[in-house]
Amino acid sequence: MGADAAPATPVLEVENLSLSFGGIRALNGVSFAVQPGSITSVIGPNGAGKTSLFNSISGFYKSTGTVRVDGKPIDHLHPPERAKLGLARSFQNIALFRGMTVLDNIKLGRHAHMKTGLLDALFYFGRARREEVELRREVEERIIDFLEIDHIRKAPVASLPYGLQKRVELARALAMRPRLLMLDEPVAGMNREETEDMARFILDVREEWGVPVLMVEHDMGMVMDISDHVVVLNFGQMIAQGTPREVQANPEVAAAYLGTGDVADLRRRVAAETRLPETREVA
Amino acid sequence: MRIATAKETYAADEALFDTAVQRVWFAILLAALALFPFLADQYWLFLAGLAAINVISVTGLNILTGYTGLVSLGQAAFMGVGAYTVAVMEARLGTPVLLNLLGGGLVAAGVGMVFGLPSLRVKGLYLAIATIAASFILHFVFANWTSVTRGVSGINVPPAAFFGMALDTPFKLYWLIMPITVLLLLGAANLFRTRVGRAFIAVRDRDISAEVLGIPLLRTKLTSFALASFYAGVAGGLWAYFFRVVTPESFPLLLSIFLLAAIIVGGMGTILGGILGAVFMTLVPEFLKLLVGFVTPVWPDAAVHLSPVRTVVFGAMIVGFLIFEPQGLAEMWRRTRRFFHLWPFKT
Repeated sequence: MGADAAPATPVLEVENLSLSFGGIRALNGVSFAVQPGSITSVIGPNGAGKTSLFNSISGFYKSTGTVRVDGKPIDHLHPPERAKLGLARSFQNIALFRGMTVLDNIKLGRHAHMKTGLLDALFYFGRARREEVELRREVEERIIDFLEIDHIRKAPVASLPYGLQKRVELARALAMRPRLLMLDEPVAGMNREETEDMARFILDVREEWGVPVLMVEHDMGMVMDISDHVVVLNFGQMIAQGTPREVQANPEVAAAYLGTGDVADLRRRVAAETRLPETREVA
Repeated sequence: MRIATAKETYAADEALFDTAVQRVWFAILLAALALFPFLADQYWLFLAGLAAINVISVTGLNILTGYTGLVSLGQAAFMGVGAYTVAVMEARLGTPVLLNLLGGGLVAAGVGMVFGLPSLRVKGLYLAIATIAASFILHFVFANWTSVTRGVSGINVPPAAFFGMALDTPFKLYWLIMPITVLLLLGAANLFRTRVGRAFIAVRDRDISAEVLGIPLLRTKLTSFALASFYAGVAGGLWAYFFRVVTPESFPLLLSIFLLAAIIVGGMGTILGGILGAVFMTLVPEFLKLLVGFVTPVWPDAAVHLSPVRTVVFGAMIVGFLIFEPQGLAEMWRRTRRFFHLWPFKT
């Protein structure tokens, strides 16, 4: 995608994004872009700043730097306004509304695009009804059918197994009229079969809805299989980006994940510091 | 057993009463409410009016506390604002009844929004304490703004006049109170079929993710406060017509606690819970009083010995509900319904 001579405007551009919590720099000068129709993954060890990056893009954390959607800066916008622009996201630790059914959770995603006011809502018949029925049709025909969750539409979300809850979260994000789908660890804690289902749904969203995807994920198999572009973070710094193949070959990435240095030397130093009598070499 | 509930349109599936059986029961309920005043005596009509007023106020509080998760101990004070507004409009301006009630609701909604402002920063118990401030401040205003409220002596309210007829008996007032109660309850039920109600529940369940999903927190919370106070204001206005005198002592903090207890006993976050809770809290003490009355012929000293026990029994019933049915009376009703939906198969 986007290999032509005149590159299209990226859907999302992050430029020089920095975020500090007191003395800790959670993000330090991160810059990257999400091209139309692409799947971009953000990877990195635990605590690298991936979720902080997502929360900054959502506007939940106040960060410095510039975030642009379709070329327009959105730094002055509050989270609900950013949601309305189509920054639709799911959360790492499922954030469904437990007191609502699956259907209501999905419908809630459309909130920012609906017009029903308080008086319309109290009266219901007329405008509110028209809007609700229209939304219901769209949710049923485009989202519930697509994600194959029609058997649970009236179930309370709290009663669902983990994998289905993740799928309902994806459904809610799709109801937000996404311009960019931001998925925070969509397959965390899933078994192989559920992971494959989710990967298929993500690819289908891209194909059928034409929505680019930005995701944080630890499942390297899935990241390398379906991503067009991979961004690697470590300690808040972006240490590499490129195609999955380029990133895999990057020595810095390997170092971030696996550590560096001479193992034997490290052992000797640890032994000296803790004053252990001797350390056995283990193969 | 529940059968023949297949729907052909999305609109039918979104309906408030979605089966023919439900619609028939609702019609029967409305008919019973319409016939009730012709069968009941003054005493029962008085209780029905009082219960209906409490139902309105409790439903308002349920929208705020049960659905939006904002614990409030200011509901009685907002009822007071509505009552005073109606009393002043009726006694000084002589405007029509329905306009007065609307005015009472709107003024209370405005005041409620102001006292709802801390809800953006504080939650739970802290918010409850912050709303107690509403109780104290408004009590002070009622008692000391003598040019409007006439201070501690209060305002005497002339009977409501409807097309030239003075609504001065519980029988006549019933026809004002009950239709308004039914309309406000239907409104509240409708609310939770739309985006406005969904936003309230989302704020209750996970306010931070709700914001990232496109729900403006401050506006949603203040809408909830305004709506709850509007219901309180209308209830307070009806209260003013019902008791015909409004004083600063009419709406104490204890009433707020009574209303909060009603939604907990009835079931938080369900419309039915608010109704059942309010009716339970209003009528059970009276039933216990009646029970003592039944025993009197057999045991002449019953009133002396049982009256103190009555309050204890009422308290014990509330505690019992909290322990054995924390989801409230509404959950008991839902369980009964489920049983009949599946009957003759076992649940």
